[in-house]
Amino acid sequence: MNEKLLDIKNLTIHYITDDGVVKAVNGIDIELNKGETLGLVGETGAGKTTTALGIMRLVPNPPGKILSGEITFEGKDLLKLPEGEMRKIRGNKISMIFQDPMTSLNPVMTVGEQLAEVIQIHEGLSNEEAIEKAKKMLEMVGIPGERHTDYPHQFSGGMKQRVVIAIALACNPQLLIADEPTTALDVTIQAQVLDLMKRLKEEFNTAMILITHDLGVVAEVCDKVAIMYAGEIVESASLEDLFEKPKHPYTLGLFGSIPNLEEEVERLNPIKGLMPDPTNLPSGCPFHPRCPKAKDICKIQVPKTTDLGNGHKVRCLIYEGLVEA
Amino acid sequence: MRKYITRRLLMLIPVILGVTFIVFSIMYMTPGDPAQMILGESAPESAVKALREKMGLNDPFIVQYGRFVKNAIMGDFGRSYATKKEVFAEIFARFPATLQLASVGVLVAVLIGVPVGIISATKQYSLFDSVAMLLALLGVSMPNFWQGLMYILLFSVTLGWLPSGGYGSFKHFILPALTLGTSTAAVIARMTRSSMLEVIRQDYIRTARAKGVEEKKVILKHALKNALIPIITVVGLQFGHLLGGAVLTETVYSWPGIGRLLVDAIKQKDTPMVQATVVFIAVTFSIVNLAVDILYAYVDPRIKSQYK
Repeated sequence: MNEKLLDIKNLTIHYITDDGVVKAVNGIDIELNKGETLGLVGETGAGKTTTALGIMRLVPNPPGKILSGEITFEGKDLLKLPEGEMRKIRGNKISMIFQDPMTSLNPVMTVGEQLAEVIQIHEGLSNEEAIEKAKKMLEMVGIPGERHTDYPHQFSGGMKQRVVIAIALACNPQLLIADEPTTALDVTIQAQVLDLMKRLKEEFNTAMILITHDLGVVAEVCDKVAIMYAGEIVESASLEDLFEKPKHPYTLGLFGSIPNLEEEVERLNPIKGLMPDPTNLPSGCPFHPRCPKAKDICKIQVPKTTDLGNGHKVRCLIYEGLVEA
Repeated sequence: MRKYITRRLLMLIPVILGVTFIVFSIMYMTPGDPAQMILGESAPESAVKALREKMGLNDPFIVQYGRFVKNAIMGDFGRSYATKKEVFAEIFARFPATLQLASVGVLVAVLIGVPVGIISATKQYSLFDSVAMLLALLGVSMPNFWQGLMYILLFSVTLGWLPSGGYGSFKHFILPALTLGTSTAAVIARMTRSSMLEVIRQDYIRTARAKGVEEKKVILKHALKNALIPIITVVGLQFGHLLGGAVLTETVYSWPGIGRLLVDAIKQKDTPMVQATVVFIAVTFSIVNLAVDILYAYVDPRIKSQYK
């Protein structure tokens, strides 16, 4: 179980545009073992999707550019692989579920064709065999197999997301990256899709990176959590540690903004301020302008990662002993 | 689908009625006397008068138009004033020349325009893209008659490689097809590029890449089919247009097609000929349009479901 599958070190991805450099991902580290699920949590614009696209090597270039880092997957650095080798990994060993099921499927191809395509590319099956397997995959996600000749517009949103999941899981990937897989769905469908993903993940022992801004989803599905802010991972820990002993002021702020059922409150308690503009990040700790505990030194000194033991890591000057908690 | 096609064909009736009414009014109002035209400048006044009476040209406009429609419904569009032949016999004699030219022109244009547009879109802002789009801009901006004259000047007069006009051999085809092909290819290339650029940015293209599909297949299989609707529309419009006779090109190269037939008929105030040619052009154009709409259904299943 504790075999390392994915090891990302110091990954930096920027978008170079006419209006300046968007510093989307700034030196993040992620470790993931086989069969484990990591929740990657953060606000919109924190760099979660860019991280995921970086692992797939699908950051749109131009304007996106992976500037540095290593992404070691099954012992190979993905960033150094030739494009042809990378293609053999995409959809096969690493696959991805995208945020919006409404737009992720090709509207002019039947869902069966789209499913069979990925199977054919990676498993070298004949047309008929691939279609047969596509039907089985559809049934696995709860869609009748005979609907493989239907087009995406003939399915509901939740069903489309099931098709997307079936495509992602068709080749038994080692790693599944799910980018806000339930955000575009309504609540009852969300629960169904999450259950489905959980079940399939256990069945195939797939490792997963679940990108979300919903801490409730994280609590339900993940083994560990990484909190992302302005392109950095500010805190990472096991699920229990993070939920029971959150350390970083930003993480505390996130928990603080969830309303408590037992207390009666007039207003929600959001984190003050907005995400910084990624073309113009604050000096020092990127969270300092919004941090209730910030001192002058936070404006100058960039925090290093502090290991609090048991894999609980945090990037904050408080834990370096430079600022009072 | 069959219902849809029937409905569209029935819609042709008011279109044709409208077209004939407009053409008839214009021909009625323009100066010049058909009877005089038929008999010649030196014909005696009494003979012209008698012919006018015989042809019913003294009747009120609405009576004349009504007579035309009645005859047309019976399939009789009259005889040409100039050649005395049945108008549709003339048109069908000329149509193959136009059909050949239009087909070759559009084929050339598609074979050049679509690949250029695709490469331009996949390599946006590259040198290829800039040069191709500059040429395309030139292609759409140069009027056909001017282009035709320039080609004649270069290939016929200066180099003496190709005939400057006429119809018959393969050599006669090259310059007119080139003239029509250039501007049409330019329009198609620009449309293909912009349509592809839009599609390439869609999420499902990213999905295809995430599945490990080869880039060539991503473009030609996943993107192109989605980008096809606007391309087909442009190709269809251009083809329909050319089938109606590329008037300027046919005139420059003395190509014996529908376009020149129409121009000559107008010059001679040959009303039946003009009427019939315009009706013919309107019908071919509508049929090409209908064919394009039917083609949409085969390209995009979402459109097919709307046709029921």
